Amino acid sequence: MEVKEFEVWWKIPFKHSAGLHATKFFEGLKEGKILGVRCEKCGRVLVPPRAFCERCHTETSEWVEVSDEGVVKTLTVTYMKFTGLPDPPYAVGVVKLDGADTGMLCFLGGIDLSDWRKVHETFKPGTRVKAVWKEEREGKITDIEYFRPLD
Amino acid sequence: MRVAVVGFGQTPFRTKRKDKTHPELAFEAVNAALEHAGLELKDIEAVAYGSMDPFDGIYCPERWDSTACGLEKPIMKISTGGTTGMTTALAAYEHVASGLFDLVMAVCVQRVGECVDAQPVLNTAVDPIYERYSGLGAIHVASFQATAYMAKYNATEEDLAWVSVKDHKNALKNPYAHIKMDVSVDDVLNSRVVCSPLKLLECCPRSDGAAAVIFASEDLARKIRDNPAWVVAETTISDSYYLGDRLSFAEWDSLAIAGRRLFRDAGIENPGKDIDVAELYSPFTIQEILELEALGFAEKGMGKEFAREGVTFMDGDIPTNPSGGVLCTNPIGATGLVRFGEAALQVMGEAENQVDGAEVALSHAWGGTLQFHTLAVLSSKKKLG
Repeated sequence: MEVKEFEVWWKIPFKHSAGLHATKFFEGLKEGKILGVRCEKCGRVLVPPRAFCERCHTETSEWVEVSDEGVVKTLTVTYMKFTGLPDPPYAVGVVKLDGADTGMLCFLGGIDLSDWRKVHETFKPGTRVKAVWKEEREGKITDIEYFRPLD
Repeated sequence: MRVAVVGFGQTPFRTKRKDKTHPELAFEAVNAALEHAGLELKDIEAVAYGSMDPFDGIYCPERWDSTACGLEKPIMKISTGGTTGMTTALAAYEHVASGLFDLVMAVCVQRVGECVDAQPVLNTAVDPIYERYSGLGAIHVASFQATAYMAKYNATEEDLAWVSVKDHKNALKNPYAHIKMDVSVDDVLNSRVVCSPLKLLECCPRSDGAAAVIFASEDLARKIRDNPAWVVAETTISDSYYLGDRLSFAEWDSLAIAGRRLFRDAGIENPGKDIDVAELYSPFTIQEILELEALGFAEKGMGKEFAREGVTFMDGDIPTNPSGGVLCTNPIGATGLVRFGEAALQVMGEAENQVDGAEVALSHAWGGTLQFHTLAVLSSKKKLG
């Protein structure tokens, strides 16, 4: 006996509030600036900014601008298509920007992604990179298109 | 209050268990655990239930599955990502350890096989404001670990592949395991790259299935069976939400902290010597290596040698994942409970792929894009040392 199966879809709209801190960060992106917050207790500059330092459990209110250049901590290139996720190949990495104490998740690009070994060589941990900004910025995380290797 | 595992039951894990609905899988696992303990459902005083909701497309699966756990019993639902199964075990354990109950059952069900693609679900576990747009899922963060580890410690693709060879070899001995195939290092290296540097045979499958573990108070445990598995120590830990806050992906610092806490409570001075077998949550090859290092089985940068040199194989010094592990079977919200149950079977001397004479076993799970860990030491002895 063939067991019956019923196809079900979850396609439910949500609206997530960014809160005041992230909103200020996104407004900064519109002006081509990357903003972080400094924890007054531990002194770390947190990028992306959030309203409290989770290590110290203190509110963060001191805003600082960090560089759009930094260092690759790690990366991966995706070659498989996953439903609803970006079309492969795409490279994501964690970049620690100059002036920040935390890393930021971002796309890496500006080079051919077809051979992962070459991509890992170009962007190996420790490599210096720079943000490539969208010309028409909208105050979204995607205003930074990707980070490219710094010559 | 000393607490022991007196029963463990699991379903065979498969891509799809089309023959059964959600609670029918729970029913199968619950009955297997009761049979193993020689108990009846009426003996169970309370239930801890775990599942990672969105994978199955069913919100509040505890509504459906509690019907297979005995109506009118106290029930608590647990959901902590990949750690769900082990957190559920610990919730049940703590019910008994508190002295409030004498006989409590942990039940976990997951049907990742009913999710046509698990990565978009995993992506919803990532921060919606700053990070989700990048398409991040579990496999991406594991690949971050692999890239960082390989660069820092000069590990090779072959080093990682040996972990896969070992787990697949073990899974062949476990009738409940999902993926059963003999793979060589070349097979792993030649499988397609999913997220570099990880290849298909270095990544877990999506599995359907359920598991149940029964915990008993000290006096009751001995009456129920001659070989209970005593819970010697347990702990959990949480880490930062944002991945970028953790600047080293080449080490797993939160697990190292949790491990030290666990071993202090258990009275373990040298994990490599004092622990006979480990069931670690490593859905991706690199993670077993990081876990062995964080938990002190290997020095930093030396975990890469373990599988290649046979240390973690069945006849090695630290047999790791004799069940075939998460790499071969991953019903996500039930996976941690399977680790716990398999560790219990090892110290009971009843595992399908038994480590000869195992007296002390370690059980581990991680969850939430590298954020949580749960750990437990189980033993045939009430107390170590």
